[in-house]
Amino acid sequence: MLTGIRKLSAAMALLLCCLTAQADELHLAVASNFSAPARSLAAAFERHSGHRTVISSGSTGKLYAQIVNGAPYDIFLAADSRRPALLEAGGRTVPGSRRTYALGRLAVWSREPGYVPATGMPAATSFGRLAIANPELAPYGDAAREVLQNLGLWKQLQGKIVRGESIGQTYQFIASGNARLGFIARSQLPQQQGSAWLVPEQLHTPIQQQLVMLTDSAAARAFLHYLQQADARRLIRQSGYNPAANDHAQLR
Amino acid sequence: MSTDNRSGLHVDLQLTRGPFNLQAKFSAAAAGVTAIFGPSGAGKSSLLQAIAGLLPAQGSIRIGNHSWQDEQQYLPAHRRPVGYVFQDGRLFPHLNVRGNLEYGMRRRHNTAVPTDYDFAHAVALLRLGELLERMPHQLSGGEQQRVAIGRALLSKPALLLMDEPLASLDAGHKRELLGYLQNLQHKSALPVLYVSHAPDEVARLADHLVLLDKGRKLADGPVNDMLTRLDLPLSLDSDAAAVLSVTYTDYDSAFDLSRVALGSNTLYLPGRLSAAPGDTLRLRVLARDISLTIERQTGTSILNIVPVRIVELREQNPAQCIVRLDTGNGMLLACVTRKSATALQLDSGQQVYAQIKSMALPG
Amino acid sequence: MLNSADLQALAITLQLAALSTAVLLVLGTPLAWWLARTRSHWKPAIDALVALPLVLPPTVLGFYLLIAMGPDGPLGAFMTAIGGQPLAFSFAGLVIGSVIYSLPFVVQPLQDAFSRMGQGPLDAAATLGAGRMDRWLSVVLPLARPGYITAGVLGFAHTLGEFGVVLMIGGNIPGSTRVLSVAIYDHVETLEYGRAHLLSGVLLLLSFALLLAVYRANRRFRMMRP
Repeated sequence: MLTGIRKLSAAMALLLCCLTAQADELHLAVASNFSAPARSLAAAFERHSGHRTVISSGSTGKLYAQIVNGAPYDIFLAADSRRPALLEAGGRTVPGSRRTYALGRLAVWSREPGYVPATGMPAATSFGRLAIANPELAPYGDAAREVLQNLGLWKQLQGKIVRGESIGQTYQFIASGNARLGFIARSQLPQQQGSAWLVPEQLHTPIQQQLVMLTDSAAARAFLHYLQQADARRLIRQSGYNPAANDHAQLR
Repeated sequence: MSTDNRSGLHVDLQLTRGPFNLQAKFSAAAAGVTAIFGPSGAGKSSLLQAIAGLLPAQGSIRIGNHSWQDEQQYLPAHRRPVGYVFQDGRLFPHLNVRGNLEYGMRRRHNTAVPTDYDFAHAVALLRLGELLERMPHQLSGGEQQRVAIGRALLSKPALLLMDEPLASLDAGHKRELLGYLQNLQHKSALPVLYVSHAPDEVARLADHLVLLDKGRKLADGPVNDMLTRLDLPLSLDSDAAAVLSVTYTDYDSAFDLSRVALGSNTLYLPGRLSAAPGDTLRLRVLARDISLTIERQTGTSILNIVPVRIVELREQNPAQCIVRLDTGNGMLLACVTRKSATALQLDSGQQVYAQIKSMALPG
Repeated sequence: MLNSADLQALAITLQLAALSTAVLLVLGTPLAWWLARTRSHWKPAIDALVALPLVLPPTVLGFYLLIAMGPDGPLGAFMTAIGGQPLAFSFAGLVIGSVIYSLPFVVQPLQDAFSRMGQGPLDAAATLGAGRMDRWLSVVLPLARPGYITAGVLGFAHTLGEFGVVLMIGGNIPGSTRVLSVAIYDHVETLEYGRAHLLSGVLLLLSFALLLAVYRANRRFRMMRP
């Protein structure tokens, strides 16, 4: 029994040593909707810089709660600007590190080909359920509400709207056919499947996906710098986002 | 057996359960107790369950003019007018004694069956008056069995099935309940099938006996024939015994002895028996409590000496012989050493005297 | 105190739990009875199937239900065939989800109660002239009472706390599918920790009170019949 405990503590000590030895590794907390592009970006960054990265993804709200409670992330890539701003206000970020890394775009999608016109919403009488992300929780939901308000449809459609807790769940509602159509992120839009309307930018305020640095390190700064580079911006655009305007002040 | 075809119980069942195979064909009288006797695993309980319809079996069962099952039909358990007394009582734990008794009464079987039992009668017979408001778990084992018997009787059965009702009781309760059962047997014309593996219960209660072993019927017949037949295993038991029917005569207060008559012979039993002159009593006599003499002994302390004729003699083991004796009023068994049997040159047909230790008589 | 939206969520939750429990007791009784009595070689498979919601993440269950209720799924096709409303995002859909989700919590206590009483009391009742239905009402139900209390309360309490399944098939519609646990989730996600605390407290107290009731009832029962 006692030797067992001793062995266990030895193993724990070894584990702790390893963890501290890898402290220069970059730990990214990434909002779920950006996790696929983040993986490509991180891979390219590793090749290019020699630093190593670890990605934890989850909803922005959960990652936020984890960070507030001391989770050891180096950079937080959120799906909105509100949580990074809150962290900044709470003094949990590297000062001046908050910036927009991508602008999210909306699409109205149905899995049925030829149903959603390329130019706008189909007639409200043609569908039973319209899925959006919960506007209270998800910035894409907030933007979807804004689009519907601008089109004058928000009140009229109240009885038909179902809310996903995240933009991922909203996608699932539509993909399973339980909602005939809905608002998803353009980055989620499947290639050559169903029909979609790419919602014009003027119908909603851009969805600013912001990041903050939580620890100051050379690796973190290198990653932020990398995101400004042309190949990173191309990758972000290919993933269905607009890259942020490149006019942010460089981190001093 | 002395039952005609129109009355009594006729059973002819086959039952297969895994490796176990039961085949039993027998008849029982319209009244009286038929014991189903055999070692554990003989299939006694299975036979009883099959008769009650609790265990599906092939074959036929008929009681009087009513068929319970044959090639055409199979009555489910609740349509068979049986009263079943289980070894473990099986009182309903959520009902008090009154509720248990009334359960059977409310659903009683064929009301045309002439039985004397109504609630008050059963309560009086089984002395349940003080127990009526108690819950089953507040009763002793013996009390539970009394309630179970009452419940079965109040369902007005045409046949009472008792599956080792005394097996789970201690000696005291067993004696008490045996008394109730004997009382019941006197007052009821109900045929009873009584499963047991205890020879003393069988000897005391049964009129007829069906002998089962490994699912087969070995023999059936009047109880004393069966107990004393030397070709059947009962007579080979170390507790081998015979049952004698005697008539109560009187009580001798000077010596505290009761006198009973076996034909023209007088036998003495210690103490005062609770019987009236002329009552028929049943005595169990163990083979090992009988010794044989060629001539009537005098100057002996033994009171009970009966002239008998040797019917048959068989070696029980290398040391002992078992002897079947005819008293003229029923058979007896005696256990003697082989040495004595040889010395006395005992042989069938011979007239000898059976000495019975009086202490062996109470039954 | 609770605002009207939260009260509405509480009411929906209680309705959902009550209705699901009623459906579960009705459906669970024959299933538990069969499982307690059968010697079929299917029994282990059915036992495992019933126990599955105990170990599966509710979201897995919800995910499959979402697909099953879709136009391509068997439930969805069935509803279309009989001309009914789609089940997803409806209260009826939640009841179906809850019934599956809480199935083991109702079936297992019943099954346990039925197995424990054995064949003995039923055989005794049959020889006393009680037919099949009569035996059920006069013997099985009263003897299985503690099992029914446990099953009912556990089914109700477990449905109260249901989250993963509702999240997947509910669509968060106030007054129809927005239940307490989803409301709590929303409050946490929107950083309204005060209201989250309040609702969580309500749920916690409710669940505790229900479990306390069942344990006390069962203790009383055991003391009554040792």
